[in-house]
Amino acid sequence: MDRDSLEISGLTVRFESLTALDDVSLTAAQHAVTGIIGPNGAGKTTLLNAICGFVRPDKGQILFRGNDLTRVRPDRLAGLGIARTLQSVGLFRGLSVAENVMVGATPLAKAGFWSALAGLPRSDADEARLRMIALEALDRVGAVDLADRMPETLAHGSRKRVALARALAGLPRLLLLDEPASGLPEDELPELGELITSIAQDADVLVIEHRMDLMMSVCDHIFVLDFGVLIAQGSPAQVQADPLVTEAYLGVLHE
Amino acid sequence: MVEFLNFTLEGLSAGMIYAAIGLSLVLIWRGTRVLNYAQGAMAMFTSYLALLVINATGNYWLGFAVALASGLVIGAVVERVVIRQVTGKPPLNAVIVSIGLLIGIEGLAGLLFGSNNRSFPPAYSINGLSIGSVALGITWNDVFTAVAVLAAAGVFAVVFRYTTVGLRLRATAFSPAVARLLGVRVGRMLTLGWALAGLLGALAGMLVTPSTFLSPNSMDVIFVLGFTAAVIGGLESPAGAVAGGLILGVVLSYAGGYLNSQVVNLFGLAALLLVLMLRPNGLFSSAPARRV
Repeated sequence: MDRDSLEISGLTVRFESLTALDDVSLTAAQHAVTGIIGPNGAGKTTLLNAICGFVRPDKGQILFRGNDLTRVRPDRLAGLGIARTLQSVGLFRGLSVAENVMVGATPLAKAGFWSALAGLPRSDADEARLRMIALEALDRVGAVDLADRMPETLAHGSRKRVALARALAGLPRLLLLDEPASGLPEDELPELGELITSIAQDADVLVIEHRMDLMMSVCDHIFVLDFGVLIAQGSPAQVQADPLVTEAYLGVLHE
Repeated sequence: MVEFLNFTLEGLSAGMIYAAIGLSLVLIWRGTRVLNYAQGAMAMFTSYLALLVINATGNYWLGFAVALASGLVIGAVVERVVIRQVTGKPPLNAVIVSIGLLIGIEGLAGLLFGSNNRSFPPAYSINGLSIGSVALGITWNDVFTAVAVLAAAGVFAVVFRYTTVGLRLRATAFSPAVARLLGVRVGRMLTLGWALAGLLGALAGMLVTPSTFLSPNSMDVIFVLGFTAAVIGGLESPAGAVAGGLILGVVLSYAGGYLNSQVVNLFGLAALLLVLMLRPNGLFSSAPARRV
């Protein structure tokens, strides 16, 4: 059954005089990898921020499996089954890799707030369970051997893996990836592509990315944004052949 | 030699109080990036509440429990009602608001309880201990002070290190925006941090007030010294605050003992200025200087 995961309709976001997103409508299918591409400043990250409640849209609606996200508070997302990675990676500096990923498993914590504080034994069991979940998530991204390291001692590529594991640890139904390939060497891209494809077996994936080669190989459907407007969509092959898309990218290159 | 030992013991005992105040300031700083100038005043207020209960019931420990519980509640209420309004605003707003709180709480205490000095009962005997015929400079109450502060610090360390709530508290301290994205109820964590800090402050108030008398301003100097302890430790590090408190206590005790008891507070302020000028990230830090 191929129902919609994310349905965005008529989304408009303005920052003072700048219109970052102008009447954007798009849908992402369940268990598919949906890509959003576009030159710098096209509004890709603003779109993710609007989905996450970091930015309040001026107009339009965002639905996730029937839940209205338009006015959602960011701390409710994880409970709805939505996880996001950040372009800036954003690992907690003072926490070990395993602890970072454990925070990502917060939606799965059983011990409530007060019982965790009062009932140490029950909280202990919860802590052990979250650690297991964290190690499994780290294993999935091939970083389980980094569990006891501190994030600041890791190379950029490893940090990105840990951040991905942290997003996966809450077992999300929708995963939002903000430039997962940025800063990665060319030879790590095929592995990342396979990982994203395998994640889509359990979750819906929305990817924002510059690296066309990666997007062409992993996405089922691609939307193209330019100056806040949706200018094209379709399968990777269709998008690649679209003259509007070439113009948007070449236009930027010539500037 | 005995004199040196006694000055050291007295210094460690006083340092425990500075450590407790310093620890409570670090808790708040790490969570909300606010320096709570009202931390001492809050502890003064909970000590008054304890004194009311002790005088009414004759039971010291009931008063002790009331002080800790009211510290917890006052910390939480102050965060929710006052500090929440200034989070995410320029840092100066929080500074002004917490100084306002300090003045407000001290004024309220003056109205409710009067401004005269009140004597305050200790938990245990304040007669000096001795080994054989050698009199030591500490009392059973000082021993209790040390045990209470170290136990509180130990419980806090375990909660922060080994529980899921502690994990969320630490994540919130390092990056509230990312923690929120991962489903952490950041607002609750901030309230909890302030509540725990309020409890620690109340504990420090109960421990120090028998030796200072109780008045609306009685915690002012203790607050400055506790702040100095936190700054010596770098303001970020709970262990640093405890170490800073003990170092400060011992240094001030030597200054008072070998020089002149009048210079102790002067030395405390000089220590604060020196650390802020020379090592603004604390004695134990190698990181680049922070903008204060």
